[in-house]
Amino acid sequence: MSSTLPASNVPYGMTGSDRRSEPVKAVPNPPSNKPKGWGGLPDKLFGIAAKSAAILTLVMLLGILLSLVVGALPAIQKFGFGFLTSSTWDPVKEDFGGLVMIYGTLATSFIALLIAVPVSFGIALFLTELSPSWLKRPLGTAIELLAAVPSIVYGMWGLLVFGPILATYVQQPLQSLLKDIPFLGGLVSGPPVGIGILSAGIILAIMIIPFIASVMRDVFEVTPPMLKESAYALGSTTWEVTSKVVLPYTKAGVVGGIMLGLGRALGETMAVTFIIGNTNQLNSLSVFEAANSITSALANEFAEAGAGLHQASLFYLGLVLFFITFVVLTLSKLLLTQLKKSEGTKS
Amino acid sequence: MKYTSKFILATAAGFTAMTYSFGALAQDVTGAGASFPAPLYSKWASDYNKATGVKINYQSVGSGAGIKQIDAKTVDFGASDMPLKDDELKSKGLVQFPTVIGGVVPVVNIKGIAPGQLKLNGQVLGDIYLGKITKWDDAAIKVLNPSLGLPSDAISPVRRADGSGTSFIFTNYLSKVNAEWKSKVGEGTAVNWPVGAGGKGNEGVAAFVNRLPNSIGYVEYAYVKQNKMTFAVMQNASGAFVSPDDLTFKAAAAGADWAKSFYQILTNQAGKDAWPLTGATFILMHKAQDKPVQAAATLKFFDWGYKNGDKTAEDLDYSPMPASVKAAIEKSWSEIKDAAGKSVATK
Repeated sequence: MSSTLPASNVPYGMTGSDRRSEPVKAVPNPPSNKPKGWGGLPDKLFGIAAKSAAILTLVMLLGILLSLVVGALPAIQKFGFGFLTSSTWDPVKEDFGGLVMIYGTLATSFIALLIAVPVSFGIALFLTELSPSWLKRPLGTAIELLAAVPSIVYGMWGLLVFGPILATYVQQPLQSLLKDIPFLGGLVSGPPVGIGILSAGIILAIMIIPFIASVMRDVFEVTPPMLKESAYALGSTTWEVTSKVVLPYTKAGVVGGIMLGLGRALGETMAVTFIIGNTNQLNSLSVFEAANSITSALANEFAEAGAGLHQASLFYLGLVLFFITFVVLTLSKLLLTQLKKSEGTKS
Repeated sequence: MKYTSKFILATAAGFTAMTYSFGALAQDVTGAGASFPAPLYSKWASDYNKATGVKINYQSVGSGAGIKQIDAKTVDFGASDMPLKDDELKSKGLVQFPTVIGGVVPVVNIKGIAPGQLKLNGQVLGDIYLGKITKWDDAAIKVLNPSLGLPSDAISPVRRADGSGTSFIFTNYLSKVNAEWKSKVGEGTAVNWPVGAGGKGNEGVAAFVNRLPNSIGYVEYAYVKQNKMTFAVMQNASGAFVSPDDLTFKAAAAGADWAKSFYQILTNQAGKDAWPLTGATFILMHKAQDKPVQAAATLKFFDWGYKNGDKTAEDLDYSPMPASVKAAIEKSWSEIKDAAGKSVATK
C-alpha cells in the first residue's frame, strides 16, 4: 500500500548523493542530439517508451484500486460507511468495523512524525551547517545505512529490547505515579508490557528518521551558497539563515521528505505488527494500550480469513488505507501550493 | 579462467541432466496450508525424497489459505488444522483425513510457580480470557490450588494475533466448557478477543509470556517442551487433572469415533487420561481427480508417512495417529477417483 507514494521504496540516499555530487549549474551547451540520417526515429521511439512507462503506472494504480473495490464490495454493501466508525471486529459473528485499525494507523504515524520531524531537522541542520567536515561523510553514511535495515529487525528489536525498557523505566513508573488520578491514570493505563501505540510510534519514528533526514540534508545542500553567504554577511545567525533563507528555499523538498516518511509510516507492516499488540479493542485512549493497525491486521488475518465477509472486510481496510495515503498526498500538494502563493507576502 | 568456465559449464550440464532425469522419474507434488504441521511435513518430504526421489513441496501459508488453494485446485493437497464439516466437504467435493495429533497448552509466568504446579479448569481459563477473573488470587483459582501461594497481581492474558489453528483448538475448548465464552466470543481461527495482548505466532506468544510477569498464554506443546515453559495442569471432562504429553494426547484421540467420520475435534474428550486441548491436523484432497498421477503420488507420500514417519513425528513433538485410525484412513482413500471413476490409490 505504501507504494502509492512513488519513491517510498527507493533507498533515497542514493539519488541524494548523486545529486549532491553535481553542483547546480546551468547545463553546458548540449551536443547536437540528432544523428544525421535517422529522421528522429530514435527520438520517437524513446518518446513512446517513456510515455507508455508513465501510462503503465496509471493503469496499475487504477487496477489496484479496482481490484480493492471489487474485493471489498461484499463488505461495502453490508457495512457501508458504518465500517469506519464501528470498533467491533468479530470474525466469528461476521461483524466487522475498522475504527480500531484506522485509529491505530493514524495514531502511530502521528506519533512517529511528531518525533521524527524535529530530530530529522536537527540531523540535517547539523550535517549541512554545523558539523565539522570530517564528520559529515561518516555521519551521513550512517544515517543512510539506518534506512537500509530491514523492518523486521526493527520489529524484533522493539519487541525484545525496546519494549521491556519502555515498560520498566517509563510505563510502570508513570502508572504507579498516576494510578489514582482519574483522567491522567486512564491516559497511561494498559498492560505494562511496553507494547502498544506509543512503542509502535517510536519504532516507526526511528525507521523514518533516516528517510526524512537524508532528504532534508540533500535539499538543504542545494540552497545556493550565495544566498546563505549574503544573509551571513548581513549579520544573520545560523538559525536566522536556516529559518529565513534555507527553509523557504527548500520547503517543497522538506515537505516532500516528510511525506515520504509519513507514507512509509502509514504502510509499515512487520515492525508494527510485532510491537503494537494486535488488539482489536478500543478500551481507552491511552498510548500504552495495545491496538492494531490496518497493515498489521491485514498481515495477521489474511492467510486464515475464509472467503466471504472476513476477507472482504480486510480488502475494505486496504481500500481505506489507500484512501488515507491519497488524502495525505493531496494535502501535502495543497500545502505546497498554499506556501507558494504566500511567497513574498511577508518580510 | 578457462578452467572456471569449463567447470561452470559442466556443473550446469549436470544440473540440467539431473532435473531432466527427476522430471522423467517422478512427479513433484505440491501442497499448502496449516503452519502447525509444517515442520513435520517438510521433514517427511525430505526423508521421502531421499528414499524415493519424489519431491514434495509444502507451503506453510495457513489453514485458511490452504483451503482456498485446494478449492482453486492450485495444489495437489491442502492442509488445515480446522476440519471441514461433512456437508461442507460434500459440497466442495473434498475428502479429508487426519495426519498427526498435537496439543495446545496453557503456559503461565508467575513468580515461584514451577511447571505443572498450577491447576486450571476450562471455566476458569475462559473467565480469565473473558476478563472476568483479573487477579491470580481470585477465589475461583484458589479453590483449585489451595496450597499454592498465588500473588494478588493482575493477570495479563496473551493470545495469538494471527489467525491460527492453535487459537481454533483453544477457543473451541472454551466454547465447550464455558457458556459465557460460547455466547460472547465463540470459536474460530480468529475471534473477537475481549482482553489480552496479541503475539504473532507461537513464538510471539511464548516471548510475551516469558517476559511478562503474571501473564498467561497458550502455545503448541512443542514450544512448551523446547523452551521449558511453565505449563498449567488442566482438569479434563472426567474431572481428572492431567499434564500435557504424548500419552494424554493419544488418550484424547483414542476416545473419538473415527469410524463415523474424520470430522473429529478432540477437545474436551471423555477419558480419564485425555488432555482437553487436543487437536488433529488434516489433509484435504479432491474426490474427483483431473490429475490422477499427482493424486496417486500424494497418497503414496502419506502412506509412506504413516508407515515410516512416526519416529520423526515424535521427535518433533507430534503424536502419531493410532494404528486403527491409520487403517481406516487408508481405506477411505478409495473415494479418490480419476475421471474414469477408477480409484487412484494403487494398492
